[in-house]
Amino acid sequence: MGIEGIGASVVRKEDRRFITGKGRYVDDIKIIGMTYAHFVRSPHAHAKIKSIDVEAAKAMPGVVDVLTGQQIVDDKVGNLICGWAIHSKDGSAMKMGAWPAMAPETVRFVGQAVAVVIAESKNLARDAAEAVVVDYEELPAAADIKAAIAPGAPQLHPEAPGNIVYDWEIGDQKAVDEAFGKAANVVSFELTNNRLVPNAMEPRAAIADYDSAEEHFTLYTTSQNPHVARLVLSAFYNIAPEHKLRVVAPDVGGGFGSKIFIYPEEMVALWASKKVGRAVKWTGDRSEAFLTDAHGRDHVSKAELAFDKDNKMLALRVTTHANFGAYMSLFSSSVPTYLYATLLSGQYNIPAIYTEVIGVYTNTTPVDAYRGAGRPEACYLLERLVETAARQLKVDPAELRRKNFITQFPHQTPVIMAYDIGDFNASLDAALKAADYAGFPARKAKAKAEGKLRGLGFSCYIEACGIAPSKAVGSLGAGVGLWESAEVRVNPVGTIEILTGSHSHGQGHETTFAQLVADRLGIPINQVSIVHGDTDKVQFGMGTYGSRSAAVGMSAIFKAMEKVEAKAKKIAAHQLEASEGDIVIENGEFKVTGTDKSIALPMVALAAYTAHNLPDGMEPGLKESAFYDPTNFTFPAGSYICELEVDPGTGKTSFVSFVAVDDFGRLINPMIVEGQVHGGLVQGIGQALLENAIYDDTGQLVTASFMDYAMPRADDVPSFKVSHTETLCPGNPLGVKGCGEAGAIGASAAVINAITDAIGNNKLEMPATPDRVWHAIHAA
Amino acid sequence: MYSTNYHRPSSVEEAVALFGKGSDPKYLAGGHTLLPVMKQRLAGPSDVIDIAKIPGLIGVEASADALTIKAATTYYDIMHNADVKRTIPAIAHLTSVLGDPAVRYRGTIGGSVATNDPAADYPAAVLALNATVKTNKREIPADQFFKGLFMTALEDNEIITAISFPIPAKAGYAKMRNPASRFALTGVFVAKHKSGEIRVAATGASQNGVMRVGVIEEALKANWSASALDNVKVSDEGLMADIHGTSDYRANLIRVMAQRAVDAAG
Repeated sequence: MGIEGIGASVVRKEDRRFITGKGRYVDDIKIIGMTYAHFVRSPHAHAKIKSIDVEAAKAMPGVVDVLTGQQIVDDKVGNLICGWAIHSKDGSAMKMGAWPAMAPETVRFVGQAVAVVIAESKNLARDAAEAVVVDYEELPAAADIKAAIAPGAPQLHPEAPGNIVYDWEIGDQKAVDEAFGKAANVVSFELTNNRLVPNAMEPRAAIADYDSAEEHFTLYTTSQNPHVARLVLSAFYNIAPEHKLRVVAPDVGGGFGSKIFIYPEEMVALWASKKVGRAVKWTGDRSEAFLTDAHGRDHVSKAELAFDKDNKMLALRVTTHANFGAYMSLFSSSVPTYLYATLLSGQYNIPAIYTEVIGVYTNTTPVDAYRGAGRPEACYLLERLVETAARQLKVDPAELRRKNFITQFPHQTPVIMAYDIGDFNASLDAALKAADYAGFPARKAKAKAEGKLRGLGFSCYIEACGIAPSKAVGSLGAGVGLWESAEVRVNPVGTIEILTGSHSHGQGHETTFAQLVADRLGIPINQVSIVHGDTDKVQFGMGTYGSRSAAVGMSAIFKAMEKVEAKAKKIAAHQLEASEGDIVIENGEFKVTGTDKSIALPMVALAAYTAHNLPDGMEPGLKESAFYDPTNFTFPAGSYICELEVDPGTGKTSFVSFVAVDDFGRLINPMIVEGQVHGGLVQGIGQALLENAIYDDTGQLVTASFMDYAMPRADDVPSFKVSHTETLCPGNPLGVKGCGEAGAIGASAAVINAITDAIGNNKLEMPATPDRVWHAIHAA
Repeated sequence: MYSTNYHRPSSVEEAVALFGKGSDPKYLAGGHTLLPVMKQRLAGPSDVIDIAKIPGLIGVEASADALTIKAATTYYDIMHNADVKRTIPAIAHLTSVLGDPAVRYRGTIGGSVATNDPAADYPAAVLALNATVKTNKREIPADQFFKGLFMTALEDNEIITAISFPIPAKAGYAKMRNPASRFALTGVFVAKHKSGEIRVAATGASQNGVMRVGVIEEALKANWSASALDNVKVSDEGLMADIHGTSDYRANLIRVMAQRAVDAAG
């Protein structure tokens, strides 16, 4: 309804402050008497701490205190937790070593904090940190999966023999073995999903402010989910009870998953603030971000796909080793299991699937959810496998996919997920058309005549978003419920505040959530403000990740709006002396249908708050809240087609076109959706061509700056052709599915499939750097 | 960054005098090498002497035989200079693909040549064009100037004042960028001098910094064309190998970039 309602490409309300430099990030906040923290970090991947001498540092100018890991243990601050319990095949619980916020005895990755200096300025803290003398006894390190699982490998945690956190399985192994036994063709390969550094534009930061009179803490932090942060800090880390801890996540400059987790730095800031009796600020720099933000991906997998004689898929068998780094981060255990293996059916009718996932400790930065979280790994594996199959079976890759698409919904896969709706043929058809697939052979021939190798690659992805039905995730081991809350406050003058547990850190909620209200009431979005990111303002919420804010967060707003509208209609009917059932809401007015009688929203609101003339027994005020727990995941899906050219002289890839056809259900703001798709595609292309976190054998991060870690730039990516098909999600009132992660999930397989098509060699790992592609051309 | 004393002299003489007084002084031009290491606390000079604003070090002069670019002239000014574009367009092109706009507004030719980063672009032009590096003390021929990674013939407290390039008959530059840093993964400058001499220099490739490539020079002397290099084999001995490119890949890039530079030179 209205020009600013659902479906309108309204300009983002929040951009005015962002593009004029008026955003308010954690580092912009100053508190009187504030001190500054600088961490002393391990230069070794694995070492015993023999001693820490802080005396010289304590005597440096401007130093307030120097605190060590042993002190945080002595003060009984809790260890960091992993909030999703996974059990191995044999039924045993996952095997985890303790992760104290600062290491008291042993360091297990480069960058792990061992001490913190609190000083009057950032520079003084840094000066003093250099004077902290840590005596390390270096231990051998296991820097990657292969090294960690080798016989005789250095052991990280005594609790996890062989560095194995869990050995998990899903699916029917017997059925899969039988299917492979009768297969006409089997396609198999091994592949690596490269490790990534999230690199949000704003590094992590925290300010902790302890009020000794009230015994109350305030934490300003770069969080995607401040309520979850408060819950964990309170329930597990012994910082303060929830009513004595306020967590504020103000403007946050990008998260991509990396700001879901509770990190040691905010725990230390809270603890230190109480210890020194002053506010403590820590702002990470880019080097700290590289070394300590949870990394993403890092799988090594073996996959086999069985076909019958008609090229119908019979079964899929996958073994994946997942690198968790040195400690289990907050949601890490769920990423290569329930967010990965459950998506291995893709868009295909695969009768039997069996997957084993072995979680491995290594002497590297912890690994956790990063845009897509498990689903990009699943899509990359499956879509490369299907493309490889098409080449091996000598059939058209589009036709092989089409032959195996799921076409009946709902569809129960062999790996938990029950797809509710979709139309995979529709998105593939639209993509083929947009990419002019029919004209590709002629374009390839023309390129060949010009000395270029041209290739085309597909990726038909599906993901599970709207995370997630609380009962379902609870049964799978999640430590929390994944509903969302909302409160709608109609002010006495009729303006509206929406309080939401979702958190906006780039997604545009201040606009899209207001569009929902505008749509229902027919008022302009500038009469609606969105309040989020403060545990003192919003009662509770589960935050933003997993493309859940529209499907879950907005559904909660929808429910609360229904309650507000019902009450407002009663008031309007009373005021207009009409029947409640005859009241309709149009253009900000409550009208008696079929008459010219109406009352404007501000007058209804005013009546609610003056309470001079309300229906008998009605409470004053106009404010309602709701909790929404989804009934199923949502299943965004789409088809991507990448066409590119490889320069045989240099191995350099140049895009010709990139087509993305997505089915996100109903679009709230198509412009914002397009932006989300662009961002996701760039991250997927970044993984495919550029980004790679590389450790050397001793566990040093070789790519610890932008000099060596290649972030995608504007000229690395093409101008995208983005369009949509639509099947409305039946599981939520808005019919939305979520759009934040799709690009990052689907893009990389399309790119690598296109390059391997161009060069005629399928042995190619991400990132497909010019060096690697050139070598692959010459190995072909 | 550690604290330091910042100076902005107005003449070379004043800069030299300031340098003599400092306990651990450093000259600053565009700052693209020095400032990042200072920010990371990997360098902590007592005095930073900013020579980028000395008027006598800025400007371009062209004669019939030589193009002289003074040391503190920025990349931006070089790539837009009419004399540069007219006399040695390959230098204008090299400059236009060096770094990004922010780098080009600040970076100076003297700073680049004095630093001798093994992946910098200008050293390839200096060596291939057989330029003369002029300092406050002397004139140094290109062949004697570059001494290995980050090493040059410059003495302590010697300031480059200008680079003088003989105007060639033909010259071209082509490079493959490092995907992360965008420095030259390998860049090749080819020059056909008016004397008929062929000089080819590669940057980003050798473990010893910028180098001349004899096999390519010989092939181009016999036949100045890209196709003359089709079957030339460049040895990968002594070439760099890192996460961005193996030594055999860089050897290939030397040949391929040389071909593209010849095509660009015409």
